[in-house]
Amino acid sequence: MWITRRVDFSASHVCRRPDWTEAENAAVYGEEASPRGHGHNFVLEVTLEGEPDPVTGMVVDLKQVKSILEEEVIAPMDHRHLNHEVPPFDRVVPTTENLAIEIWRRLEPRFRGAARLRTVRLYETEDLYVEYEGR
Amino acid sequence: MWNMKAVEHRLPRVRVGRRYRFSAAHRLHTDLLPPERNREVFGKCNNPFGHGHDYVMEVILEGEMDPATGRLVPLEMLDLFVKRVWLDQVNRRNLNLDLPEFAALVPTTENLAVVAARRLNAAWPQWFAGRSARIEKLRIWETPRNIFEVFVPAKDGQEAEPHEAVIESRHQGS
Repeated sequence: MWITRRVDFSASHVCRRPDWTEAENAAVYGEEASPRGHGHNFVLEVTLEGEPDPVTGMVVDLKQVKSILEEEVIAPMDHRHLNHEVPPFDRVVPTTENLAIEIWRRLEPRFRGAARLRTVRLYETEDLYVEYEGR
Repeated sequence: MWNMKAVEHRLPRVRVGRRYRFSAAHRLHTDLLPPERNREVFGKCNNPFGHGHDYVMEVILEGEMDPATGRLVPLEMLDLFVKRVWLDQVNRRNLNLDLPEFAALVPTTENLAVVAARRLNAAWPQWFAGRSARIEKLRIWETPRNIFEVFVPAKDGQEAEPHEAVIESRHQGS
């Protein structure tokens, strides 16, 4: 059975490579490369997989899921500038793809019991999302 | 050297969903059926002068992330591709009259999804040659309540033809 928990956080970022020219950055990242950064209301959907406990009827304690998401994602990222305040984005371009992968990397070790991490889906806007399943 | 690689050592596989919008007119009618039967099957969607929708189309891609950019494909390029190959051909158009595929095919959203997948898939290699990304599926909202999904098989890469539409929510004649 899959269970999905949705949370959101607001953060700023800029997608550009310092070793590329302005034209190269614009060609790949478009407006996302705007040098002084911009922000999004990111929406994160975390899907967990497991079987319901026969006694509690629950796959996982959602209070615990909430606090893990708070600790690993919301506290470090909400109202932060990803490039300046959230490693590894001081040296990795914080594209939606890289951010989804980083969130997976932070969350996966926390879900190794009855509930395992299945999918991280990160919406940067309502028209763009990235899904990562640890593959 | 500026480390562009994401956290993993091998190239991560990601899925990217990107949403687009277009508005078009259509009329559900087939000459294969008599007028009363058309009326029965398609209801008010069979009204003689047609009607329109604000469609939302989600293009879902899958593949290995490009380690140089941290993206599956450059979004600018994806947006231009979808605009040229699809949006420019259907936005503010009459599907029955402006798309040759619908000369003899009812422009239900099932069929629209199949036609869109076929056109996008056929043009994909010219735009994205040498990239691992492929179109995995299309999801079209005809209205916020009717959603249609079509899967594009991975077999034979970009040459593959999309499956018949797999319908999440059937057209209700409205």
